[in-house]
Amino acid sequence: MNQHSLLFQSMVYLAAAIVFVPLAKKMGLGAVLGYLIAGVIIGPSVMGFIGKEGEDIMHFAEFGVVMMLFLIGMELEPTLLWRLRTSILGLGGLQVLGSAAAIAGLAYLLGQPFNASLALGMILSLSSTAIVLQTLNEKGWMNTAAGQSAFSVLLFQDIAVIPMLAIFPLLASGATNTADLHESSLRDNLPAWGQTLVVLGAVAAIIIAGRYLVNPLMRIIARTRVRELFTATALLMVVAIAVLMNLVGLSSALGAFLGGVVLANSEYRHELESDIEPFKGLLLGLFFIAVGASIDFTLIMEEPLLIFGLVLGLMVIKAAVLMILGKVFKLSTDQNLLFAFALADIGEFAFVLLAFSNQVRLIDARLSAMLTAIVAISMALTPLIMLLYEKVIQPRFTRQIPKSDERSTDEIHEKNPVIIAGFGRFGSMTGRFLRANGIKCTILDMDSDRVDALHNLGIKVYYGDASRYDLLAAAGAADAKLLIIATDQYEQTRQIVELAHKYFPHLQLLVRAQQVEDTFELMDQGVLHIYRETVDTSLRMGADALRMLGARAYHSERAARTFFRQDERTLKGLSAMRDDKKQYLVSMRERIEEMEKLIASDRIKTWLDEGQGWDPESIRDEVRGEAGN
Amino acid sequence: MARVLINFAHPALEKSRVQKQLLTTIKGIKGITINDLYEWYPDLDIDVAREQQLLEKHDIILLQHPFYWYSAPAIIKQWMDLVLEHGWAYGHTGKALQGKYFGNVISAGSGEKNYQPEGIHRYPVHQFLLPFSQTAALCNMQYAAPYVIYGVHRMDIEDIRTAAQQYRNMLELLRDDKIDPAALPRLTYMNEALQLPSQTRSV
Repeated sequence: MNQHSLLFQSMVYLAAAIVFVPLAKKMGLGAVLGYLIAGVIIGPSVMGFIGKEGEDIMHFAEFGVVMMLFLIGMELEPTLLWRLRTSILGLGGLQVLGSAAAIAGLAYLLGQPFNASLALGMILSLSSTAIVLQTLNEKGWMNTAAGQSAFSVLLFQDIAVIPMLAIFPLLASGATNTADLHESSLRDNLPAWGQTLVVLGAVAAIIIAGRYLVNPLMRIIARTRVRELFTATALLMVVAIAVLMNLVGLSSALGAFLGGVVLANSEYRHELESDIEPFKGLLLGLFFIAVGASIDFTLIMEEPLLIFGLVLGLMVIKAAVLMILGKVFKLSTDQNLLFAFALADIGEFAFVLLAFSNQVRLIDARLSAMLTAIVAISMALTPLIMLLYEKVIQPRFTRQIPKSDERSTDEIHEKNPVIIAGFGRFGSMTGRFLRANGIKCTILDMDSDRVDALHNLGIKVYYGDASRYDLLAAAGAADAKLLIIATDQYEQTRQIVELAHKYFPHLQLLVRAQQVEDTFELMDQGVLHIYRETVDTSLRMGADALRMLGARAYHSERAARTFFRQDERTLKGLSAMRDDKKQYLVSMRERIEEMEKLIASDRIKTWLDEGQGWDPESIRDEVRGEAGN
Repeated sequence: MARVLINFAHPALEKSRVQKQLLTTIKGIKGITINDLYEWYPDLDIDVAREQQLLEKHDIILLQHPFYWYSAPAIIKQWMDLVLEHGWAYGHTGKALQGKYFGNVISAGSGEKNYQPEGIHRYPVHQFLLPFSQTAALCNMQYAAPYVIYGVHRMDIEDIRTAAQQYRNMLELLRDDKIDPAALPRLTYMNEALQLPSQTRSV
């Protein structure tokens, strides 16, 4: 492939994605389907922009799956796993076992060899994480009992892919082809015990590196303050894991998953996530396009009844297994239906596993092609089925839905209600105060040394630039109530405010301001809660000074508060007038003069005389007047 | 020697004539503790432990304040609400204040004749002070007759100085056990303890 054709190919892929993904989203079909459709259109069946090289692309794009597993691993905090342990192991485990057994039985009855039947059962028992989670999120069903159950099952499936990848070569009759897969595997020439040792060593290397090497490395990178180095480091990590795994003949997906789990508790987790996320997204997109391109339409045309029959049959089997499990796990009928409908499809991992089992010659090419079509069709049907559920089935149960909603909210809302951006001398005080009052905060900071130091104190601070959408999203901005912006640089503050207004309008903002001009700008941006950083302290100092000069403590306190209110009022007045710059300057000068006047004249006395009720002068005058009469 | 605690409250002492003079006159008397509440707690955030310790260390507790709206300035209410805790000041186990004396020292704008059924205030100050006397009773304390300085709107500097000096004398007598505190609840005004005519009579 020369450079020109590489560029041309890139253009075709990217253009197809840009045209069809928004279209699919607009039609309510979701991004995955958009990519698949784009693949079909540019593939050999329709426009023929890509032909044979689609397979090369697929090979490359499979790396997206590796990245996805890395990210899934990173999402798997031990606490989350522990909380969902019953539903993950029970519900998820039984679903995979039940569906795999049923489908494998069917395949065996239809004349497939035993090993291939087993593989087919496993492949087709999986559902589409990408489509299902996205649809559940879009419709706001994530917090329902069905949504939670579906999430647990999908989590188990994602993990189950890894042992499957390990088992398939064993199922393949005669290990003749495994050598093709990892051409220069280190362990090929070793005795059995040596192979085990090498494998264990590689796994240990990943764990140790993740534990002890990544944080110091990230710290060094962070100190350079070169943003793209982060991306490079994150990519390097995933690629290095993949290379190491290939070297010892293990699945790179397994290695990446393991690496992700090890890093789940790192303070750089959000940063790593947001760096890899776009690559994962693009590569997965590429992967789906490649899948779309490889759907063999002539095959579908040849045997439409068989293929659609199989789609229907498989989905009915999976839905039946899910319905039974839902009953056992006490889902109400409407939730159980949603649960079954959502997970009846066959997922994107099937593509990976099909490609893989084709490589190890576990399943023949024709069957593999047919199944690819079947999986794609079932995925395409999922959004339609969900639409059916929403429009036809759900309305019959509407009364029961809020109930189940309520029950599950407790479980899912683990994300913190407060996000603090900037944990310097300002934000740390606010953070400590909230912490002392039992409020959980997600803290983001840009100073790696500080993150490090706080980490040693046992305070969880995430390194990252909160003015990036992906980082804010990763910190849970979609579910948080308050966003406290206490960053040192005003430019960053402004960007975060804009970002929050645009993408998380539900967040209440509390913003630190340093300069008066910044305060004005924040007011213009519609920020309601602005905290000028030195005002409170300097007024407290002033009050103490008054006190030391002999004023009563209560008087000083009230004087400071009165001054503060007056000052805020003046500032708002100024801000309203600021539209015209010239007027602002004039008025600023005027205001200063006015302030001077205020200070010099008895108007300042007026502020302080607000305690009229405590001043007996007028009543004394009156009493004396009466006496005079 | 009786230990006397004066819980003083005036939110704007800089504007006061009578209370300021009273405070200046009694400041620094040995054996008498002056606890200036607004000065200690300008944010009304009362240190309950400190206040309770003070109460425990004294025998006679006087609330000295202007008679605002037939009662005391806000911080006195805050002080009562927070310091007189259940289980400490009252209730089955609340015996910390048992046997102590509790009383008000107030300055009122108009004369005593206005605090009568035909006067503009219609009731004697004793009626208005019922919440204080009942608080004392609930907290196992004896409620002393109030020390009242009437008609302060019409007082000139000399009158005020005289009134302040009399108040000081009374406190010193209390401190030196020259006045039996057990007699205080039976008086109409604590002023009588000095065998002196109260301000009203002199006006």
